[in-house]
Amino acid sequence: MTLIAAKDTPATDTRAPEKAERPQGYWHGVAKRVLRDKATMFCLLVLLLMFLAIVFAPLIAPYDPYVGSIARRLKPVGTPGYLLGTDELGRDMLTRLLYGGRLSWFIGIMPVAIAFVIGSSLGIIAGFAGGWLNMLIMRATDVFYAFPSVLLAVAVSGALGPGIFNAILALTLVFIPPLIRISESTTAGVRALDYVEAARATGAGPFTIIRVHVLPNVMGPIFVYATGLISVAMILGAGLSFLGLGTRPPEAEWGLMLNTLRTSLYNKPLLAMLPGICIFVTSICFNMVSDGLRGAMEVKN
Amino acid sequence: MIFYIVRRVLYSIPIALSVGLVCFLLVYISPGDPISAIAPPDAPAEMITQLRRDYGLDKPLPEQFAIWLGRVVQGDLGRSLSTGRPVWGEVSVALKNTVSLAVAACTLAFAIGTLLGGLAAAFRDTWVDRIAMTFAVAGVSVPHYWLGMLLVAVFAVTFPLAPSMGAGPGGTFVWDWAHLPFLILPMVTLSAIPLGLVARTVRGTVIEILHQEFITTLRGKGLRSGGILLHVAKNAAPSVLAVMGLQLGYLMGGSILVETVFSWPGTGFLLNSAIFQRDIPLLQGTILVLALLFVALNLVVDLGQALLDPRIKR
Amino acid sequence: MSALQSQSQPLVKVRDLNVAFVSKEATLHAVNGVDFDLAPKETLCILGESGSGKSVTLRSLMRLHPPRRTRITGTIQVDGTDIVAASERELSSIRGRLVSMIFQEPMTALDPVFTIGKQITETIRRHEGVSHQEAQRRALDLLELVQIPSARQRLDAYPHELSGGLRQRAMIAVALSVRPKLLLADEPTTALDATVQIQVLLLLKRIQAELGMGVIFVTHDLGVAGEIADRIAVMYAGRFIEEAPAEALLEAPEHPYVEGLLGATVTPASRGRRLTAIPGSPPNLRTLPVGCAFAPRCTSAEPNCRAAVPDLRALAPDRTVRCIHPAGLRPSMPPAMAFAAEERAP
Repeated sequence: MTLIAAKDTPATDTRAPEKAERPQGYWHGVAKRVLRDKATMFCLLVLLLMFLAIVFAPLIAPYDPYVGSIARRLKPVGTPGYLLGTDELGRDMLTRLLYGGRLSWFIGIMPVAIAFVIGSSLGIIAGFAGGWLNMLIMRATDVFYAFPSVLLAVAVSGALGPGIFNAILALTLVFIPPLIRISESTTAGVRALDYVEAARATGAGPFTIIRVHVLPNVMGPIFVYATGLISVAMILGAGLSFLGLGTRPPEAEWGLMLNTLRTSLYNKPLLAMLPGICIFVTSICFNMVSDGLRGAMEVKN
Repeated sequence: MIFYIVRRVLYSIPIALSVGLVCFLLVYISPGDPISAIAPPDAPAEMITQLRRDYGLDKPLPEQFAIWLGRVVQGDLGRSLSTGRPVWGEVSVALKNTVSLAVAACTLAFAIGTLLGGLAAAFRDTWVDRIAMTFAVAGVSVPHYWLGMLLVAVFAVTFPLAPSMGAGPGGTFVWDWAHLPFLILPMVTLSAIPLGLVARTVRGTVIEILHQEFITTLRGKGLRSGGILLHVAKNAAPSVLAVMGLQLGYLMGGSILVETVFSWPGTGFLLNSAIFQRDIPLLQGTILVLALLFVALNLVVDLGQALLDPRIKR
Repeated sequence: MSALQSQSQPLVKVRDLNVAFVSKEATLHAVNGVDFDLAPKETLCILGESGSGKSVTLRSLMRLHPPRRTRITGTIQVDGTDIVAASERELSSIRGRLVSMIFQEPMTALDPVFTIGKQITETIRRHEGVSHQEAQRRALDLLELVQIPSARQRLDAYPHELSGGLRQRAMIAVALSVRPKLLLADEPTTALDATVQIQVLLLLKRIQAELGMGVIFVTHDLGVAGEIADRIAVMYAGRFIEEAPAEALLEAPEHPYVEGLLGATVTPASRGRRLTAIPGSPPNLRTLPVGCAFAPRCTSAEPNCRAAVPDLRALAPDRTVRCIHPAGLRPSMPPAMAFAAEERAP
């Protein structure tokens, strides 16, 4: 990091070339740093494997996720033929975890993706336009900031009633305000840079400036911030299902599975913990990847 | 300073009004005729007409909002459909339990989070830092309702050390020895997320402060570590306290999952039953109270920050 | 070093000082074999551009570098105390009491959330353990010493509430809290407006005479150096390349680099003449050239210059230069043209 204490000991010689080849060199450098970061790469690998497993769930899963038998309910982890045991209705856990991942990932990623599109557009507009438009958008955002996020999600999906689309709608509403704020502040920061001022002075139109100067500089940080939100969305989305507000039985979803297995917590604790472990692993990996990316994008060295 | 306080207080009025509007509209986004949210399902037709007039539901929306607001300002949040009791009474009892839990969890998170973050910053890039930060990332990434279940499985089932259901004798939490054991597991569970966030904030803030030039000045004056720590703490205090204040608010509004896991008789538990009994007045009232509390807390945090940090414009 | 013999008992004695900053990627040689003495009550100015190692040298006198990454070798004695060998504990009682320091930018060098008064009293109480009231009283005296108007109110002011000039005076007051024998000043006037700059310099001069401190003053500004220094040492790439009494150096510089510096400065005498800039840029401290570090930019460089680092030569009892052909010994016709073809960009 900081090699030297004294302010005026040199690092000048490294600065000039970096700036000249910024567009390619910068992302190249980021990629190189990410590749060298073992923890981030490991988490990326875990996420990739999980993603493949849930995409190809129909091929991998040994059983039907909806068919079970009361006769073989709550088999412990490690039962021959049922590697991860069976749930309270005798359905294979491994199968249901694989299928459950599809819905959990969907509920985790969709709201963030939609909020990313809406939030970053509004935020960039607010940050770039300034003035009354900025005022309007940011004050509206403040109102949603007046609700703690979990409460907002519960309020909206509670009023709308249970169901996966209501849950996604509620979560999207939760994630738009923070994405607006981060986009607004990043854009306002870029807009104030000298070279954007210079572009404006040479008569470039607002759309050209946004496309050429603003977007390439702000999308990175906003995207990294959004990947961090996926972790929150996973926990919250599964949480809504856990409360009975998201997906409904007999659908397989990690939060819902955690809820229905709750009664078995006392006699089969390990089994009841399994869906939670899946949520935890996914969420921690998204967080670590987000942190790793943010670290790699900070060009302080 | 007075000017800043007045301005900040005035600014929370429109925010509070907008929060009221959102809560008011909750009834309208819920499916079905709003009257079905107020009237019992088997109410006769004339009773429904009567109710419609009583509640002003035959009037235009803005007027309805004004009427509703007028009642709320007087402390009338309507009556619960399931119990028939005033919503405010139900909420105020539950709120006490939620605040006790949130304050306890927040204190725990603050103590351990500050310690972890401070150690990580002091021993930056060593194994201490790495362990502390792994702990912090786990804290912010853990599905806390699952952590609650895990703690129940371990400390209530396998090694029965602490109770895992309810708030203790009498069904409501009081700060005494008989009730304290009931607080332990929900408190630890609820503290996971703020603990992680505080640890990361403290680490980031302290590292930033340690890089500032005045730290060199302090070393140059011959101050020992203790004296320098005092300066670091006072510089870090505003931002750490801001995070803490916000987290306290998030915990109060977001304890629904943990309260459900531990059957803690707080606002979250109340919300949960309101949702499943489609008790819309209760849902609306609880959310309004929690959100207004959050607005008030934000105000206190901002003012506190201004008091702590002489650089903020007065 | 024979040329350096000055008064009998120097306040500061530095011999063969080397400072390097070590990281995984590279080792940065910031200071490479510096020797000097400072007599009590004397003012030495270390002059150099950014990255010359002047600030690093200064900070070595109280070992203020980040301890884990810094390698210091050589001898540093301040008032007979060995700084290089001192433990962290010993250092902390030397710092602020025997040696103290003022910085370039008082806005960042003062703690923004502590009052000026508190920042002075904590130093006094750290070193002398006096009562709060006593420390408060002395802090007031100090603010009056540095001529801060309405000093009593200013004790309770925060740094951002003062103007730049007053802030720097407050910084000086903090440094003088316990009357150190040696004051280190790291470009203390660079961040100030020109008019305020001269006021602060005059203040420093007056206080030095009053308290009888030794002062080492680091600057890149020849004018400032001429104003305050008894002696001037010029640094380049971590080495002292010329050291002389202030007037002598400014009137007749010996090293081509110093000549270049003077040529690039506006003085009343330069009216009507064209200013000349030194070509090229300072060397990279990660990969220093074998010979004279200035050779790649020097118009009088010859192959010998690039073969080995020139020794310090004594041109007079109080004057040294690290150059093979200092101005005084050069033939009247400058050999610059002859070697111009050989010159390459660094």
